[in-house]
Amino acid sequence: MTSFRTLFFRGKPDASQTRSRRAGKKSNPEIAHERFKFIRIFFVLGIVALLALLTGIIITLGPLNISVTDSYSALLARFWPDYFTVDALTSRVVWNIRFPRILGGIMAGFGLGICGCVMQAVLKNPLASPFTLGITSGAQFGISVAAVIGFSILGGPYFIIGNAFFCALLCSFFIIGLAAIKGATSENLVLAGIAVNYFFSAMSQLLKYFATDDQLRLMTNWGMGDLAAFSWTNSQLLLIIFLICIPLLMTKCWDLNIMTAGDETAKSIGVNAERTRIFIMVVSSLLVATIVCFMGPIAFVGLVAPHMARMVIGGDHRFLILASGVLGGLVLMSADAIGMNLIAPTIIPTGIMTSIVGVPFFMYLMMKGKRKEFWT
Amino acid sequence: MMIKLQAKDIVFGYTSNRILENVNFEIAPSKLVTIVGPNGSGKSTLIKCIDRIAAPQGGSILIDRKDVTKMSRMDMAKYLSYVPQSSVRIFPTNVFDTILMGRRPHIGWLGSDKDEKKVWEVLRLLDIEKLAMSNFGELSGGQQQKVLIARALVQEAEVMLLDEPTSNLDIWHQLDVMNIIRDVVKKKEITAIMALHDLNLASYYSDRIIMMKKGKIVAAGDPYSVITEENIASVYRVEAAVRSLSDRPVIMPLRQIREARA
Repeated sequence: MTSFRTLFFRGKPDASQTRSRRAGKKSNPEIAHERFKFIRIFFVLGIVALLALLTGIIITLGPLNISVTDSYSALLARFWPDYFTVDALTSRVVWNIRFPRILGGIMAGFGLGICGCVMQAVLKNPLASPFTLGITSGAQFGISVAAVIGFSILGGPYFIIGNAFFCALLCSFFIIGLAAIKGATSENLVLAGIAVNYFFSAMSQLLKYFATDDQLRLMTNWGMGDLAAFSWTNSQLLLIIFLICIPLLMTKCWDLNIMTAGDETAKSIGVNAERTRIFIMVVSSLLVATIVCFMGPIAFVGLVAPHMARMVIGGDHRFLILASGVLGGLVLMSADAIGMNLIAPTIIPTGIMTSIVGVPFFMYLMMKGKRKEFWT
Repeated sequence: MMIKLQAKDIVFGYTSNRILENVNFEIAPSKLVTIVGPNGSGKSTLIKCIDRIAAPQGGSILIDRKDVTKMSRMDMAKYLSYVPQSSVRIFPTNVFDTILMGRRPHIGWLGSDKDEKKVWEVLRLLDIEKLAMSNFGELSGGQQQKVLIARALVQEAEVMLLDEPTSNLDIWHQLDVMNIIRDVVKKKEITAIMALHDLNLASYYSDRIIMMKKGKIVAAGDPYSVITEENIASVYRVEAAVRSLSDRPVIMPLRQIREARA
């Protein structure tokens, strides 16, 4: 077993590598590799701990004064009432107002980060994001149909959301279908995505042309992306989709590693590249459509969270998928907290705030990176 | 004669443009076989058809009398490995992780220490252990080629296919890569089939040579029976002098043979 000291002590390279191996010791490259494995695990655990820490701090932000200790007590009292106590008002504010919004941010960021990560891998494109397959334009079209024509696939509380969900899926499945007929290469998917994106955007614009002021306002508000619509009911639905989709994506972590080396290599190592690409796209579309229909298009997170994770832990998807998700959650939750408190009581929509806060941070990481490629 | 790999009636292309036409050959175990031929003769396509990277329209590939064309990709990858001409990485990956990819046909969901041990063994065998944590994209062409060979070796397939492994390399690295291939064929007792442009390298290192022209095999056998002045004139349209050096035929191209004008 390699000791902690050996793993983290960066000594000068030892010239007696071969001698060490004969004596049963690990060589310098092996020690460096072990150290890198530990760094990956510690990074994932570290950002999970940071997420938990920030959750407690962000809960304290708002008109009612709640200390950090109280915020954690309120969260834990629900599960262990014998050990943690908190007054009823604090508990209600935490559980009914503040925590659902934070949880919504974490879940949306987690899902978008993961989808961005797997889509970049299967499309072999660092510019790919969860919205490459036209989810946004599809969902926008669904909202426009519900608002302007008054037609929706689902009724009641899901009058608008239901349309956004089904149209987002329709749009992305149409793109995947087109690419599958022609051959599901990354180029075909991106090209079909761009073309169909334009079509659905044009259809939305056409409906906007005939819309009244109120209908226009509804469409514009949804387009900004906001966590305000998130509730406990929504979180249960989202959780079910997460529990189905994320394990399915995780089972493909080796294949994703291999697919970044190109289809030819993937096929020679035993991976059916085209089938895997379609599978990843279908599962991701389902996940992103669910997030987008509730919260609107929250751009940037799905694009940069995977790059941020790659900068630290490299391209191994066994760790990268989870790390991208947690970083996505961190970015979205933090941006939303700033948006809510920057010019309180006015709340800046999450979608706007994510880009305003995230872009300078990402530019800083990009400039600070030692290597030329910005995603390392 | 023992047969390791048998190609039967391989057909690839389109009705108007056949790239491979009913290609048949047999290869004995633990041999280094080179496919040579001019540009567009179909040698790289043949390598890709054997590994089903390009799906042939007809024919079958038998390894130890098992038809690998009817197997799933994952099962086939246990019999056949492939070394591409080059590999471009969109996202940076270190050498260790690049080689570990080759364990995919044998690996569980999270991988095991056994798989990592195999990678270290191959890194030491090819003397590239010190590159383990380097970024694959930052290596020289020769080093990258060694890493790609290492990835194919950890796949533990009995037949290794290589598509022009020495293209873009200087002569020192050409010899380095060819020596590695010859050594692993001997040490690991695998069969290597490679497409190659350089006739002298093919002659010096190969046990058998297959010469192709316009999607058909025109000559096959040991280097002396294939590398002849007549074959080079008819296949490459080049007048060449073939001499013997170190018990191998060596060619010196002299001039192009122009078609007679009507």
